[in-house]
Amino acid sequence: MPAVNQETTKGVTSYTPFHPRWYRPHVSVYWWLGEWHYLKFILRELSSVFVAVFVIETLFLLRALRHSPEAYAHFQQCMGNPLLIGLNIVSLFFVVFHTITWFNLAPSAMPVRVRGKRLPEVLVAAPSYVAWAVVSGFVCWLVLR
Amino acid sequence: MAKQSNEAFFWLLFSAGGVVAALLIPVQLFLFAVAFPLGWLQAPSFDHLMSLVRLPLVRVYLFVLCSLPLFHWAHRFRYTLYDGLKVKHLTGLIFILCYGGAVLGTVIATYLLWTL
Repeated sequence: MPAVNQETTKGVTSYTPFHPRWYRPHVSVYWWLGEWHYLKFILRELSSVFVAVFVIETLFLLRALRHSPEAYAHFQQCMGNPLLIGLNIVSLFFVVFHTITWFNLAPSAMPVRVRGKRLPEVLVAAPSYVAWAVVSGFVCWLVLR
Repeated sequence: MAKQSNEAFFWLLFSAGGVVAALLIPVQLFLFAVAFPLGWLQAPSFDHLMSLVRLPLVRVYLFVLCSLPLFHWAHRFRYTLYDGLKVKHLTGLIFILCYGGAVLGTVIATYLLWTL
């Protein structure tokens, strides 16, 4: 190393190994906080956490049903905890956000063509919303009967 | 020869879970986690829920409702950790935790529904 330095200071061109350096701009861990589009993306991805939380609650419901009527009453009492209700109201917003973003994505992921022309995105997304309403109504009818 | 990727398989589980979560979770969550606990609607009795759960189709429904959305979560959460929090160096561990969680949830759901 010192030998090379001496030579370069003398102005003699000599071989130096080439070390390419990649250009890598530093990206902050909080890159998604700055812009609404990025934040929306992260919130959409995080909606899956609330989906998973609700699945766990459903598993607890099934466990209570499997056990006894008293266990079901205890489950209902636990679900009445104000903190849990607060979490579940937040969850509801997130899962509806997931549903809307999911349905609205479908036209881009799966463009439908009729006679060579692309159908408007609204028309491709609309059946999903209809299905959502029908399925929700059916589940309500079944549970509340 | 290029190594065959399993990405398509996991992506299929992700998108199937996304559809199930989009269609079913809002109404399920609204009823069981918000409307019943807050007393907006009369919660179903134990006997009524049991009469529903005894139907094989309802069990299939509940299995799908529990399992597929967990795989949807695993996929999304994995990539949120990779890209959002930039922890790409823990790829293997995150993969095992996410999909392990989804498999565990599926096993528990299967056990509960089988023995109900």
